[in-house]
Amino acid sequence: MREGLIRRVSEDPPIVAVDLREAEDADLLEISRGMGLALSLPEMKAIKEKFGRPLTDVELQTFGQTWSEHCIHKTFRGVVETESGAVEGLLKTYIARATRELDRPWCFSVFEDNAGLVDFDNGHVIAAKVETHNHPSAIEPFGGAATGVGGVIRDILGVWGEPIAVSDVLCFGPLDIGYSELVPGIKHPRYIYKGVVAGVGSYGNNMGIPNVSGAIIFDRNYTGNVVVYCGCFGILPKRSYIRQTMEGDLAVLVGGRTGRDGIHGVTFASTDLPEESEGLRSAVQIPNPLVEERLRRAVIRVRDGRLASGITDLGGGGISCATGEMASRSGLGLIVNLDNVKLKEGGVAPWEIWVSESQERMLFSVPSRNLENTSRIFEDEELEWCVLGSFNSTKRLKATYRGATVCDLGLDFLYSPPRIKRRAVRVETAPRPLMLEEPEDLASEILSLLSDPNVGSREGVVRTYDHEVRGATVVKPVQGESGSHNDAGVIKPLKDSWVGVVISCGINPFYPDPYWMAACSLEEALRNNVAVGGRRIAILDNFVWGNPEREDRIGSLLRACEACYDFAKAFGTPFISGKDSLYNESPMGPVRPTLLITGVGIIPDVRKAVTSNLKAAGDPIYLLGTTKEEVCGSAYLRSKGVEGGDWPRVDPSVSKRVMNALTKAIDLGIVAACHDLSDGGLGAAASEMVIGSEEGIFLDLGRGLMSTSRNDFAVFSESAGRFLVEVRSGSEETFEATFEGLPVRHVGEVLREGALRIQDLKGREHVLEKADLLRSWRGD
Amino acid sequence: MDLRKARACILRVGGTNCDAEVRVALEELGLRSDVLHMNWLEKGRLSEYQLLVFPGGFSYGDYVRAGAVWGKKVLTRIRRDLERFVEDGRLVMGICNGFQVLVEAGVLPGGDGSFSTTPRAVLANNKSAKYECRWVFLRGEGSQTPFARRVGNGETLRVPVGHGEGRFLSESEGVLQELIRSNRVVFRYSRPSGEPAKGAYPFNPNGSSYDIAAICNRDGNVMGMMPHPERAFFGWQAVGYGGPQGPADGRKIFEGIIDYIMEL
Repeated sequence: MREGLIRRVSEDPPIVAVDLREAEDADLLEISRGMGLALSLPEMKAIKEKFGRPLTDVELQTFGQTWSEHCIHKTFRGVVETESGAVEGLLKTYIARATRELDRPWCFSVFEDNAGLVDFDNGHVIAAKVETHNHPSAIEPFGGAATGVGGVIRDILGVWGEPIAVSDVLCFGPLDIGYSELVPGIKHPRYIYKGVVAGVGSYGNNMGIPNVSGAIIFDRNYTGNVVVYCGCFGILPKRSYIRQTMEGDLAVLVGGRTGRDGIHGVTFASTDLPEESEGLRSAVQIPNPLVEERLRRAVIRVRDGRLASGITDLGGGGISCATGEMASRSGLGLIVNLDNVKLKEGGVAPWEIWVSESQERMLFSVPSRNLENTSRIFEDEELEWCVLGSFNSTKRLKATYRGATVCDLGLDFLYSPPRIKRRAVRVETAPRPLMLEEPEDLASEILSLLSDPNVGSREGVVRTYDHEVRGATVVKPVQGESGSHNDAGVIKPLKDSWVGVVISCGINPFYPDPYWMAACSLEEALRNNVAVGGRRIAILDNFVWGNPEREDRIGSLLRACEACYDFAKAFGTPFISGKDSLYNESPMGPVRPTLLITGVGIIPDVRKAVTSNLKAAGDPIYLLGTTKEEVCGSAYLRSKGVEGGDWPRVDPSVSKRVMNALTKAIDLGIVAACHDLSDGGLGAAASEMVIGSEEGIFLDLGRGLMSTSRNDFAVFSESAGRFLVEVRSGSEETFEATFEGLPVRHVGEVLREGALRIQDLKGREHVLEKADLLRSWRGD
Repeated sequence: MDLRKARACILRVGGTNCDAEVRVALEELGLRSDVLHMNWLEKGRLSEYQLLVFPGGFSYGDYVRAGAVWGKKVLTRIRRDLERFVEDGRLVMGICNGFQVLVEAGVLPGGDGSFSTTPRAVLANNKSAKYECRWVFLRGEGSQTPFARRVGNGETLRVPVGHGEGRFLSESEGVLQELIRSNRVVFRYSRPSGEPAKGAYPFNPNGSSYDIAAICNRDGNVMGMMPHPERAFFGWQAVGYGGPQGPADGRKIFEGIIDYIMEL
């Protein structure tokens, strides 16, 4: 780089000025890289053209943070050029459009704030948010995962929500992978798994928030790119949702001290993970749930006292983004005095204070007349606080440090970054022929599938997360002595109402066509929700993809977004919030495109919620939906290491009607037990129901709607839209009438003895004792 | 006494997180309850209450050892008032972290006077070395304590536990034998049949000596328990474990408290 572009303005405090006016393209890129800004050439040029003066390091860092993929979602808001024309923003064109066109009156606030908000009852709304924390978890698994949970809880606090539940979905490499198969810079999956699970459990347990929904996936592809999704759900009185920051209000920072941890977390999340990533440990934040627990108390007290005019959490970009966003959304400006920030250590440079992502901090806007009462609450709860500055009408973000102005930027420019353009190529995926003989011994196939890490018991993890704290959990993630799985969690958040919140997830990264992969994930989230009694479902999207600057990655992202629009519309389920994590690339390659759909439904009376365990011998068993030869990417083929065949597709015209009828049957009280069919198909679902019960199941495959003549496909196909239902004996006629004209068949009975008996398509019987099922499933 | 005049104090400090649900349970039974931060508890204030609850959570992050920091703070801040409260025969209940606090403060099992000068037991790391959230069976042992007066000798209750440090170990074999001899083991972990778990996992979820889930002091007015009865109060909380219809089993423990207060 040419000399003279960067000049030290002051040694103590350390401030440098960067003169972009004379900088050439190579210099601009060098500055972006050298300062860790992760800005592209067009973005650097936009800054260069805007300013007729040198910029301080604090100012340039502000652009780096605010314009990061993490903070502003530039890929989702940018233009995607395809062979058939340009797409003006994936978010606007697909995700938000579905919500806008559905126009549901119960959507209270969508894609606006830190979390999506939907009506709960007349006086309350539910807040929901799901985040990813992949890069930090790859470097420091415990801290990365714990701060992932901590961060998403603050998103709920940041809309004045009282957190009522958390969720986590985790994708790891195989725990038994050989060290020789790892490349430098990649930690062994077992190390990452242990740390992540402990981090998720520790933060939620310490905060006293039950973990009620989740999934764990193992695949070689995640060895280099661990995926950690953390969700949080909250409730608040509608009238407490206050966002009216006014000129003259004070910006008050509360909670943990600011230090050198979490510097450049967002820009780090907006680039690929390099081999020498260990050196980026400083980008990972340090968790302290004890402070956040006190913060939670304070937020709720300030809310109920109606003392503050606005709130937001400090996440990506630290003070720079929180203050800028609050001022920008209120059409105001702000002067921040960085001298007031309480620091963990000495010698922290002004730009570090400005962008540090130290945890457990919240920003309030407080009318000055309320400062005394507000600060008394903070002190009551043993929290440190400071006044950062006050809001004004300048529409500028200004920061001073030791009397010097270190930042002075117009918010309009800061919040309208140049739109970026990405190019997409369409990647066609065509089914390939499947070469697999039909096995003879169905029973041993079922046992071997149950012992697959992707199908087996999650009890060893789930029981380390408290799912009962707060005393409001109705349907638990694990059921009974054997810890079999329920399809969704149900929480009863209000003392004086029987209405429950139903939380579910859907994730199917192994179906190779991104369109159907997304469709199946969405439908699975709904199916899981409906299975326990949920309805009026809002959904959240979380994309985990590779580097969006590569055309094929954008191509598959585009296809997944198309499916999101199509199926959200078809099922009538609006997206209310979402987040994308791109740049998931490691020395072992790009992440498998992974879409998590989270469903948030309600149930009018939690006492009618349905669990998956069997209730009474003699009850009829019904199979809902059609089983097709859709095995590509299934747990069955993956456990055999076989590829090929066709993958599941979703037909909402049938699936939606089946779900509506099931809801009706649940409300009639004639559904005794229900389990959705997903990984491992009918075989896994029936086994899990037996594992969770004293009773057993008899299934006659020939009585189901099967468009296959192969027993293994009948048992292991992962066709969408299917449920296995125990109907209360004597209610068969009502049940069948409810499903008039739909693909529903009476396929078996609940047995007195704990066993799974299957009569196959050729009339042979296969018997699996509960003890054997349990042993395989638990991997004992 | 008239229940409408009685009041419960649910104490909290930083890291406490089960106070709200304990309050819901007590108020459901008609006992007015205040949730108070220990910092706000002025001298003498405790005498306004008939019941003091140390609820669950991770007080002060459970650094050092679960309950150790809060236990010491209790002694330095409110020791005299707490001693008087206990000597008056008022009720003190420690649930989960609250039990750990009472043990760390020497309130349970207690000494010759009222409190022991050093802890005489500990709630150590679970034998499984993991946090355990699961429903267990508790067997009433027929102790003479208000907390168990609604529970028959040998009757089982289904209640969840949620802890990483719940393994009751005593200072010496003598302390354990004295607890057993004086009938101060209130609940033991058991099998569904009501047989004591005899250490078998997961019926005994943490490896406690003698399957101990709850103990009381000499006079029976202080009880500590690892399981959470407030999470098994309403039938809808016990879906899959006896619910959703009718009350859940943990309610009996709170009803015992109410009976006692009404007889005062």
